[in-house]
Amino acid sequence: MSSYTVIGKPTPMVGSREKVTGKAKFTDDIRVANPLIVGLLRSPLASAKISRLDLSAALALEGVRAGVTGKDFDSTIGVLPISRDEPPLARDCVRYVGEPVAAIAAESSSLCRQALELIRVEYDPIEPCLDSRKALKETSHPIHPELKKPSNLHKSVTQQFGNLEKGFASAQAVVEGSFDFAPLTHAFTEPFATQVEIDTDSNLTVYSATQVPHYLHLALSGALQLPLHKIRVVKPYLGGGFGGKSDPLPHEIVAARLALISGRNVRLLLDREETFFTSHGRHPTQIGMRLGLHSKKGITALSGEMLIDGGAYASYGVVTSYYNGVLLQGPYPIPNLSFHCDRVYTNKLTCGAMRGHGGVNPRFASEVLLDMACEKLQLDPCETRLRLIHKAETLTVNQFRITSCGLKEGLATAMERSRWKEKVKKLPFGRGIGVACGFFISGSALPIHWNKIPQSTVRLTIDFDGAVTVYSGASDIGQGSDTVLAQMVAEVLGISLSHIKVISADTRLCPVDLGSYSSRVTFMAGNAARNAAIRMRKGLVAAACGILEIKPPRYRNPKPAESFFRQGGRKPDFDSAYLGPNPDYSDGFLFQDAKISALSGKAKGKQLDYFEVVKTAVEDHGTLQTQGIYLSPKLGGTFKGAGAGLSPSYSFTAFITEVTVNPQTGFIKVDKVTCAHDCGQPLNPMAVEGQIEGSIHMGLGQALMEGLDYVNGAVQNASFLEYKIPSAFEQPEIEMIYDLSRDNEGPFGAKEAGEGVLAPIIPSVANAIYDAVGIRLCSVPMTPDKVLAALNAKRGNHT
Amino acid sequence: MKVITLKVNGHCFVKAVCPSMTLLEFLREELHLTGTKRGCDVGDCGCCTVLLDGKPILSCLLPVIEAEGCEVVTIEGISECRLHPVQEAMVEQGAIQCGFCTPAMVLNGVHLLGTHPRPTVDQVKECVSGTLCRCTGYTKIETAFLEAAKKMEHGDNP
Repeated sequence: MSSYTVIGKPTPMVGSREKVTGKAKFTDDIRVANPLIVGLLRSPLASAKISRLDLSAALALEGVRAGVTGKDFDSTIGVLPISRDEPPLARDCVRYVGEPVAAIAAESSSLCRQALELIRVEYDPIEPCLDSRKALKETSHPIHPELKKPSNLHKSVTQQFGNLEKGFASAQAVVEGSFDFAPLTHAFTEPFATQVEIDTDSNLTVYSATQVPHYLHLALSGALQLPLHKIRVVKPYLGGGFGGKSDPLPHEIVAARLALISGRNVRLLLDREETFFTSHGRHPTQIGMRLGLHSKKGITALSGEMLIDGGAYASYGVVTSYYNGVLLQGPYPIPNLSFHCDRVYTNKLTCGAMRGHGGVNPRFASEVLLDMACEKLQLDPCETRLRLIHKAETLTVNQFRITSCGLKEGLATAMERSRWKEKVKKLPFGRGIGVACGFFISGSALPIHWNKIPQSTVRLTIDFDGAVTVYSGASDIGQGSDTVLAQMVAEVLGISLSHIKVISADTRLCPVDLGSYSSRVTFMAGNAARNAAIRMRKGLVAAACGILEIKPPRYRNPKPAESFFRQGGRKPDFDSAYLGPNPDYSDGFLFQDAKISALSGKAKGKQLDYFEVVKTAVEDHGTLQTQGIYLSPKLGGTFKGAGAGLSPSYSFTAFITEVTVNPQTGFIKVDKVTCAHDCGQPLNPMAVEGQIEGSIHMGLGQALMEGLDYVNGAVQNASFLEYKIPSAFEQPEIEMIYDLSRDNEGPFGAKEAGEGVLAPIIPSVANAIYDAVGIRLCSVPMTPDKVLAALNAKRGNHT
Repeated sequence: MKVITLKVNGHCFVKAVCPSMTLLEFLREELHLTGTKRGCDVGDCGCCTVLLDGKPILSCLLPVIEAEGCEVVTIEGISECRLHPVQEAMVEQGAIQCGFCTPAMVLNGVHLLGTHPRPTVDQVKECVSGTLCRCTGYTKIETAFLEAAKKMEHGDNP
């Protein structure tokens, strides 16, 4: 299908050899000179006034160089400019168990620990709010009195499209259910770490385990009231994020403040329990949902009521609230749709973005309901979904553009591979098969900070040796973003990956990229990298033409493949980002194997060495440098909340999952999953597979075992021993189908692969459990006790 | 302070240490061998795995004074000139994403193939399950170990 030489080939990730030899430096592996060690004192209470906070004894200890409290910070932080409500250290009151209230910088970690013990804090406990329903009620002591709201409601969002009443009336089957979901943590292996170097002019270099160096840069500047140019943020190798490192976080601000106060380099490493406290995990969620299905018309209506428990602070919560509803707009058309989502504050850990952000729990509800409706109408759940799936080039009722969609073919192939028809409703009691589908954004079309700056800029330089350096602000967090950027540049310039070096996620050296969240990097940074490479190629073509003594080509503007429903935005030109899967560079040359060959004209058949051409070009111009950008086209409607969930493109996923349920023990074993994921052109199949396998691991964790346990507001299982994640034994046999479409606006036709896969596996397990033993589980995780309770209830009904 | 003698990656060290120091701290803070990772400090995640007299152990749980007279191999001691077949297979199979558990996984694999040159799938799973990985779902790590076993069987020895 393609004539690519680098794109689409399984490629070990850039940096793999560093990682496999232990040479890769993660944040805490960096050795800044003679650092002070920073430690944080945390609240033991979920809700209290701080009546006394005295650092004097701690500061008097020899070897203690600085200490700070909430009073040392004038502003609050938060990733969204509209909801910055978190003080870097608690001021006046604490809002969750584990909230940092003071910090110490000392000459050694033992001194630091000693000093933390000498801090005198007295609390006046306040009755904590721990229940999300109660949080909706009026209270005399709201968690955030500064918001001047009568209750602990943080955000309330509603959208309605079409006519619900008519929609439900025209359905042949209307089903409804109540669902609940436990709070989750990301459980990445590298704990949070930050180190700060300070020079004699108080310029800071902040090394931090973050997915969002740019947002951290902005947050540091705001909270410390330092101009941006005095701060450099560097993300070293990062040990997993999954959304957990996508906020600027209190400890990062505190470490930088302590460096400024002490004038010394500082080092901060959070332990595992603190890492649990600090991650903004998946919101505990309650959903009431109703779905109407007609065998010919499809889903006629869907309405949802969501209540999400945000914990102590806002984080990404406003976005999460919208995502709970708007990410129901695919993968099937729903002409009549309404949702209402309330996000409340409680005195628990803050929740925010976690892989599949906001779309995961409602996806479970809608896919289980769709299964129930199919059963009512005696429809095959796979066949029905096949009929329902969005066509490419359509607009949803809330005006999401579905540009490409290969899910139909994907699900059909998954049905064949899993031998669905031979198995569904035909497996013996205790074994079952289930299906579910989903979709996800390929990057948020709207930036968090409202401005017109490109969402991604990538710069390339080539010096006399011909090697290319790619500068990008995108964060490789293990997903392989450095690798795809290098691949795209290599493809356009016809050279091998060994000639490409990527320098990324360093705010001093790299142009701005908004960061690794919302599955945006491949699409947005990828388009910018390709754009920069095409511009570089133009320069090399000009040099080649000089050597060959021919006229430079006249570039013809390609017909933009995206002519379908572009709504404003800039007009595409030759080297714009909107070249999509088109491999034609319109320059009459072939760049391959470090050779540049003329394909037409007077010089047809002549071949030049890439390095010779570079040398000539450098002689003429000095170091070659180009820049490419990506800015999402203007999209979407004008109604309230229309921006939420807008993306230049969407990925699609289907899972067919087989399980064995032991009716005696309630134990669920996932035997096999067949996954079809439409990620457009798979740029690096090895990385796509890795993302699918990792999403299955994480999705099955949520489906079967994961959840934070609270007692009186304190998390009881903030360790890897007690917060169980799946081991190698729980990973099922996996079959993958992922080459399903080409997106006209994605770089080389690519879309996201890192998040969308996660959501539908969870309902596919639930639907398979129903096929196996006839119970509908509506509470996630679906643990053996819930299976047994449901089986007992079912038996009770029968007797 | 207590003076200890131990061998790390073939080199002999004599150092005065605080008795409460763990082997992990000794490796990372005294010797600056940062390939051994600190993931949880309490023996849950396995990211601090090193070989002690040839056997994988959790260095965060072992006081360094207990390693007196022992031979420690860390990830830095696995490949001097070229990659070990386990490392090579992990790179080739895409068994590495974020890389934080990778050094521990390599040591698990090196030990497994040293003791079980033809491991069964269950033995591989058993070996891998000692260390948590949140990125890969373990699938490609298992494939890599099995591939490395094949390579070593065909004479590609470290």
